[in-house]
Amino acid sequence: MAITIHLPTVLAPFAQGERVLEVSSGTVGAAVQDIGTRFPSLLPRLADSSGQPYAFVTFYVNDEDVRFLDGFNTPIADGDEVTIVPAVAGG
Amino acid sequence: MATLIQARAAESASDGPALSPEELIRYSRHALLPEVGIEGQRRIKAARVLVVGLGGLGSPVALYLAAAGVGTLGLVDDDRVDASNLQRQLLHGTRDVGRSKLDSAVDRLYDVNPHVALERHQTRLTAANALDLIAQYDIVVDGTDNFATRYLVNDACVLTGRPNVYGSIFRFDGQVSVFCDPAGPCYRCLYPEPPPPGMVPSCAEGGVLGVLPGLVGVWQATEVLKRILGTGDALVGRLLLVDALGARVRTVKLRRDPSCPACGTRTLTALIDYDQFCGLGTTDAVPEITPREAFARWQSTPGVQLIDVREAQEHAISRIEGARLVPLATLPDVLDSLDRTRPTFVFCKVGARSARAVRYLREQQFTDVWNVAGGILRWSDDVDGGITKY
Repeated sequence: MAITIHLPTVLAPFAQGERVLEVSSGTVGAAVQDIGTRFPSLLPRLADSSGQPYAFVTFYVNDEDVRFLDGFNTPIADGDEVTIVPAVAGG
Repeated sequence: MATLIQARAAESASDGPALSPEELIRYSRHALLPEVGIEGQRRIKAARVLVVGLGGLGSPVALYLAAAGVGTLGLVDDDRVDASNLQRQLLHGTRDVGRSKLDSAVDRLYDVNPHVALERHQTRLTAANALDLIAQYDIVVDGTDNFATRYLVNDACVLTGRPNVYGSIFRFDGQVSVFCDPAGPCYRCLYPEPPPPGMVPSCAEGGVLGVLPGLVGVWQATEVLKRILGTGDALVGRLLLVDALGARVRTVKLRRDPSCPACGTRTLTALIDYDQFCGLGTTDAVPEITPREAFARWQSTPGVQLIDVREAQEHAISRIEGARLVPLATLPDVLDSLDRTRPTFVFCKVGARSARAVRYLREQQFTDVWNVAGGILRWSDDVDGGITKY
């Protein structure tokens, strides 16, 4: 059983249209690097050039915001769901 | 039925203005709900709600709140109805194209419910007017369409102590929450900083499914009514995520950020310059060229590179013949096929994404690169009226 990453539709084009990805890495940051290696144009949308999270893209492990856990060092285990939520402003 | 409700109305010693016989009939399906009843309906009638933005989200919010009998609706918008709005902005009809959205909305809402008082604010919400305006209402609904106004609404709600019923949409995804409640976080706790200009396209650039603002706006209206009635579990401290393509709705937890300058440390004691906060002033730093000038140089100077950084779907709607399509995200992939020393003019729809592209190309040692001011829309106005505006 792997870890599931849910991408919003705004980011799916950078992952060849995929909206659900699977990773097996041990932290959120490692998962970001993992999917960033698979989809290089996705990486700069998820993390800045030093690999740190942006203030306008939120990562949730299950329903917890990782900023209130251990940021990109937050551990993830099989069965966890990571949801990526970028700020959008449309109305 | 009406007699029964009138009898119940007479028995009820509730707060709020009395309901007329017509109103008792109109709201009878509410009155039958134990969670609403006559008393709740009078509370709805006593409520004052400010709807900021009469577009995709503001349409369902205002329509449902008017229909529900919210006594006073404040309406803020300074825009005009455009044909491209009609796919999702149900307040406005085909006959309203070209009218002010406020006029169009007022006509429609009075038709929906003449018992509602509509307060017109034909203006943009600004740092100069936001506190005065918001302080006149009990609840604020954020139906705006840009980051700068969203931070403004949030900060003004924190400073005036008004709840901010937030919704935002893009393509097939939506977000809903109730911010600025004493028990929960504010918008800045969720997004301490906005994305840089051009990084996240607007709906005008990236598109939006027409029903999505319906899904999200109706959820916002629901939270407003629950709040007025004091019933149910408020969407405070939770962010509701709507995924229309996946047919998934889920909530994630939101927490107050103790270091939030608005609701945490409270170091933000007055409204700020939100354009500057959102980096909108920085487009000045990018060299700009008008469409007329760009066209003239393109025609007269051999070797000019005219680059269109919009998406393929936008290109399919309208294009400048002879320009090279390079969607912004793919720009790094084509650098080697461009000449760094030749004059390079970059355009998008209105100029935000192309400003980002120009900034990037300058970092990549392009020495003669310019942003086409106003994008293809202004090109259509000033150079070639045959280009479709969208």
